[in-house]
Amino acid sequence: MALEQIAEAAVTRSEQQVQNRLSMVVFSGDMDRLMAAFIIATGAAASGMDVTMFFTFWGLQAIKKQTSTGRSLFGRMLGVFLKDINGVGPSKMNFGGLGRWMFKKMMKAHNVTPLPELRKLAAELGVRMLACQMSMEVMEIRREDLIDEVQDVVGVATFLEEASRSKITLFI
Amino acid sequence: MEVKPDLTLDLKGLLCPMPVVKINQAIKNVPIGGVIEAYATDPGVMADIPAWCRSTGNELVTIEKQDKVIRFVVRRLK
Repeated sequence: MALEQIAEAAVTRSEQQVQNRLSMVVFSGDMDRLMAAFIIATGAAASGMDVTMFFTFWGLQAIKKQTSTGRSLFGRMLGVFLKDINGVGPSKMNFGGLGRWMFKKMMKAHNVTPLPELRKLAAELGVRMLACQMSMEVMEIRREDLIDEVQDVVGVATFLEEASRSKITLFI
Repeated sequence: MEVKPDLTLDLKGLLCPMPVVKINQAIKNVPIGGVIEAYATDPGVMADIPAWCRSTGNELVTIEKQDKVIRFVVRRLK
């Protein structure tokens, strides 16, 4: 086979592997960044894409129940500060919760879909939500602390496999 | 020549991403070749509905803005 043909075959193969998928790492636990993440996820799902959201570190707050977490002293201390999706504040101008309250008011006034409803919508649209095993270990968050919509608890290799066959990958 | 819509949607007051989510749900309820007419007030719709049509392979029959209300018509192609 000529070199050109081999190269062409390789291109075809890699093109076949890239599917109409969106893979997203949700690292942030900030209200505004989570809004962006869930708006992109729901918009993509509504445009016919297969969407996977991989929640890690602070992002785990977006899929956490309103339970107290942690076993060790440090773990429990951390657990005091971890929020759920209703409690997360904006990345700027939170002012100890005042910013969260203000943003919620303003978003309601402008009829923007609230964050918890966007998450519900994402689940309904078939967005796959995965949690990072390693950060759960570190932060002492158990599977039972996460909402039922979370499909699986996985590691980096699972995300990379997803990402390598996705048209779009994002880190939020 | 104006086609009679199979479905009419009121999307007024809804903001991103809801118009796209609603049209995506609604399109499943019309047959292939069927037509949806919708009214929206989110200015983002002017760019987003054409983009949604391109990525899902459906046809944008018309989109027009009159005062604050945007009317658009989409035909399901697949």
